[in-house]
Amino acid sequence: MIIIGERINGMFKDIAKAINDRDPGPVHEWAKKQEYNGAHYLDINVGPSSTEPVEAMKWLVEVTQEASDLPLALDSTKYDAIEAGLKLCKQPAMINSVPAEMAKMERVFAMAAEYGAEVIGLAMNEEGIPKDADMRVGLAAELVATADAFGIAPDMLYIDPLVLPCNVAQDHGPEVMRTLREIKMISDPAPKTTVGLSNISQGTKNRELINRTFAVMAMANGLDSAIADASDDELMAAVAAARIILDMDIYCDSFVDVFKQRNR
Amino acid sequence: MAVEILKEKYRGKVGEVVLGATKENGGTRSHTITVGGETALPFLHFEGEIPNRPVVALEVWDINPEWNPCFDDYYGDVYDDAGAWAKKCVEEYGADLIQVRLKGADPDLNDYSPEDCAATVKKVLEAVSVPVMVIGCGKAEKDNTLYNPIAEAAAGENLVMGVAELENYKSVTSACMANNHVVIAQSPIDINICKQLNILIAEMSPAMSSRIIIDPTVAALGYGIEYSYSIMERARNGALQGDKMLAMPMYGNAGFESWRQKEANISDEEQPGWGEQAERGILWEATTAMAYLQSGIDILVMRHPEALKVIKGNIDDLMKDNSY
Repeated sequence: MIIIGERINGMFKDIAKAINDRDPGPVHEWAKKQEYNGAHYLDINVGPSSTEPVEAMKWLVEVTQEASDLPLALDSTKYDAIEAGLKLCKQPAMINSVPAEMAKMERVFAMAAEYGAEVIGLAMNEEGIPKDADMRVGLAAELVATADAFGIAPDMLYIDPLVLPCNVAQDHGPEVMRTLREIKMISDPAPKTTVGLSNISQGTKNRELINRTFAVMAMANGLDSAIADASDDELMAAVAAARIILDMDIYCDSFVDVFKQRNR
Repeated sequence: MAVEILKEKYRGKVGEVVLGATKENGGTRSHTITVGGETALPFLHFEGEIPNRPVVALEVWDINPEWNPCFDDYYGDVYDDAGAWAKKCVEEYGADLIQVRLKGADPDLNDYSPEDCAATVKKVLEAVSVPVMVIGCGKAEKDNTLYNPIAEAAAGENLVMGVAELENYKSVTSACMANNHVVIAQSPIDINICKQLNILIAEMSPAMSSRIIIDPTVAALGYGIEYSYSIMERARNGALQGDKMLAMPMYGNAGFESWRQKEANISDEEQPGWGEQAERGILWEATTAMAYLQSGIDILVMRHPEALKVIKGNIDDLMKDNSY
């Protein structure tokens, strides 16, 4: 599973402070740590409280790239900030994210085509997050079709079926699983899939257990990637085991270590 | 409209390993041999690169091996002299490299000392200029006493030494690490152990991960060849899909295994219906080796010069570019 490391995010106090003070220390530290722990991409989010998102994004992209060569996932609802970040990325990045709303898709897919970026597409539109799988798959198909019109291949897309906390929207769980399966039937090549893993456990007890259980269930249903905490050892161990059971890696006794150390 | 042929694309690549060392690199070989480097399944030149041809070794023992009498015409005069034997293999029979099997070190046979064994290896190195592989007698306790003296005596030569096994890999690996030799990692027809052993060796020294040759254990035709084949196929597929801990060149003792079997050895008198013994044995060995070429082997260790000739012709054919 492709791990998009979630930690460089202004939602976290240390990163918010680092952005505010223009202090590269914590950003370097988290970039290195997540890479060491096996992240494949680093999510870059200036946080909700930033008053100058474009400048903050530019700074965060440059500072992160000083510490890690991993590709970045530029995470913002402000597309000017994403575009400013894309210009600075040393290698093709990922845009996080766009909903299935025409005006936004036109802006984001044009940008993705220009910079060769991958895109996380959200299975939602102006009406919000659908309740069932059918609607979600319908929106995923709109994302795939619109991307295609901009010359973006389906496998450059990561469709996020959108996960709600399991304590407030329990009935969404099975719908998300079905969505993950059916997204793979939209096109050939199929789009990839992703989730914001920790959303499933917002406000619950035993968050790590819920996160990793969800991760392996979703993998069995076709999940390709997740925005997650790469330093959660138990999560990484569960993912490593799921990869063995799904015949994605050849078993050996050190299978957990091999998976965790794949970036080193 | 032209038909577009579907081609498989692989992410991974088998690592390249250099065998032997010339004067510039501290050895005395006239040339080195590079194995591995494949980016496609065996001989599918149209899907990727097969940059190095598989190579064929002949085996030399440090005692009279008491092989089938059909070998007497080829090696009978040199059984008692490993150097002359090796020279004959290279100069007359066209072996790409030599594998010395130190069978005489076996405590139940001649119980040769580590010094005797190092001297034998030196003798072979002096007699031939091709890269040399050295394996022990097969009894771990004794073999562990041999590795260091041999590795030191041949320091700089970039030998291939073996064998490392899951329960006994440290001695030979540290001897190779300290003296820059290549190690043979042997697993008993088991992909999981094969991968685990490579990991353990690489853990001892990351530099060793590019100095491992996989011996998946090859069986002879009729004795489980399909098991070996499927393990090697799985390892190579894993390597091409990016599993670095399986992305090493592979090696197999096709000669040794084939000539252990009755089909290669039983006389014409005993089995008149099976065809003439010498020819039958050669074919048994060549057919076994051919199957392993198809499963991705990089180094074949053979025994009969006529079988080697057949296989070299086979490799010539398979290395012809079939890309389009």
